[in-house]
Amino acid sequence: MTDILAGVLVMLVRMAVVLAVVFGLAAYMILLERKLLGRFQVRYGPNRVGPFGLLQPIADGLKMLLKEDIIPDGVDRRIFLVAPAIVAGAALFAFAVVPFGPTFTLFGKRITQVVTDTDVGLLVIFGLSSLAVYGVALGGWTSDNKYSLLGGIRGAAQMISYELALGLSLVPVAMMARSLNLTAIVDAQATLPFALTQPLAFAIFVISALAETNRIPFDLPEAENELQAGYHTEYSGMRFALFFVGEYVNMILLGSITAVFFLGGWHGPVLPPIVWLAVKVLAVPVFLIWTRASLPRLRYDQLMAVGWKCLVPLGLLNILVTGAILTAGL
Amino acid sequence: MDEKKDTPGLVREFLDGAAGIAGSYAATLTHLFRKPITEQYPDYKRPMPPRARGRIILTRSPDGKERCVACYLCSGVCPVNCISMQSEEGPDGRRRAAWFRINFARCIYCGLCEEACPTLAIQLTPEFAFCKDAIEDFVYEKEDLLVTHGGKDPDYDFYAHAGVAAGAPKGEHLGEDEPVDVKSILP
Repeated sequence: MTDILAGVLVMLVRMAVVLAVVFGLAAYMILLERKLLGRFQVRYGPNRVGPFGLLQPIADGLKMLLKEDIIPDGVDRRIFLVAPAIVAGAALFAFAVVPFGPTFTLFGKRITQVVTDTDVGLLVIFGLSSLAVYGVALGGWTSDNKYSLLGGIRGAAQMISYELALGLSLVPVAMMARSLNLTAIVDAQATLPFALTQPLAFAIFVISALAETNRIPFDLPEAENELQAGYHTEYSGMRFALFFVGEYVNMILLGSITAVFFLGGWHGPVLPPIVWLAVKVLAVPVFLIWTRASLPRLRYDQLMAVGWKCLVPLGLLNILVTGAILTAGL
Repeated sequence: MDEKKDTPGLVREFLDGAAGIAGSYAATLTHLFRKPITEQYPDYKRPMPPRARGRIILTRSPDGKERCVACYLCSGVCPVNCISMQSEEGPDGRRRAAWFRINFARCIYCGLCEEACPTLAIQLTPEFAFCKDAIEDFVYEKEDLLVTHGGKDPDYDFYAHAGVAAGAPKGEHLGEDEPVDVKSILP
């Protein structure tokens, strides 16, 4: 009985910590993005609310909560209301399988620093990242607006194309780690991160993950200058904000899984594991923001060409080469 | 064979593309370490040029009297009809405005009134930030417009040059000859 109680308690604590950290990070990721983008454009970002604008996320959140939530005539109400939650929810669920540190022992019990230590973690992440597209596609479709619809369709097409490349880029990782368990994958990189042993897979992964998060240069679903705001044109207030919470949670998720799959997770010299993980997790969103400041948006046909004609064949080739080397006896 | 020379090879194309992308990353990176050029407005107010066109004032001559002689030229030239007034004669015999009103909600700050004014009374100041909660508050009366100084040309005194007896007796204005007795120049 006490065993079950302790287990539930540990589980609850882990979920609370992960949720709090992820939401806090997502809020401040918005501030970080606005600040960094500002500096990239030789201006200050928000700096009026609190010292250095540190209270800006709270002000933004309050504003979003107090705004009128407009639901246009002609939308399919139920789906319209649920769509933003799908985007944010799918991103949040994926954190259940992301490990945040090595397994340690407390009071004679083995405690893993992951909400669910499942053996198919990689597949769970794939499943959830494919689910997120339903929020975008359904939100665009039910808005009863041609620009939203176009955004939603683009989102769906883009996700399908890049999901494939994303999957192919992770197959060599699973092959080298000989496991789909995320903790095991991290432990397989104790000496050398996969970013160095699998540079091609790493490049494919970063590009297609960029496309999965719908960010510049792959932000076609919300292309402002063609589609107003794409799939979230008709959303307002907190529902609109939920799409963005989803996007920023996704950025952190992307940072976490990049750290886990390619950067060696919490492994690193000198510094404690959690610091290494934080550095690696935050490096990816900073790179994404840098990318947003640097690159223009791809054209739709270019996007498709890069996905199908370049990333997918390269990914397949990479799997073949990795398999050949592994079977050759390394 | 010749066609192949024109189209760059795959490797070359890849390298060119990678160099292009790396170049844009490098460009943004150098900007990251520059000092922002933003002027943080309420904390730092850029010094405006003295002839910048903002809120309108009515100035006074060096002797402290109103310059405005209520000639209606500013009101006449105003393209949006935001200036209105009523003229009267003061106790010292000088013309002045009984009331003078500018509706700043309509004013377009074109400066034509300042150009039209023969006495340099109406002038535009560089002050541009005077927001109001209610639109009625933009109607400025004469007491709101009158200032205690001479504005851009503090030493100018219209009545010292005017040749009108209201300022100084005849023949005592700056650079003015004695009045000629017309009967003395009869043939």
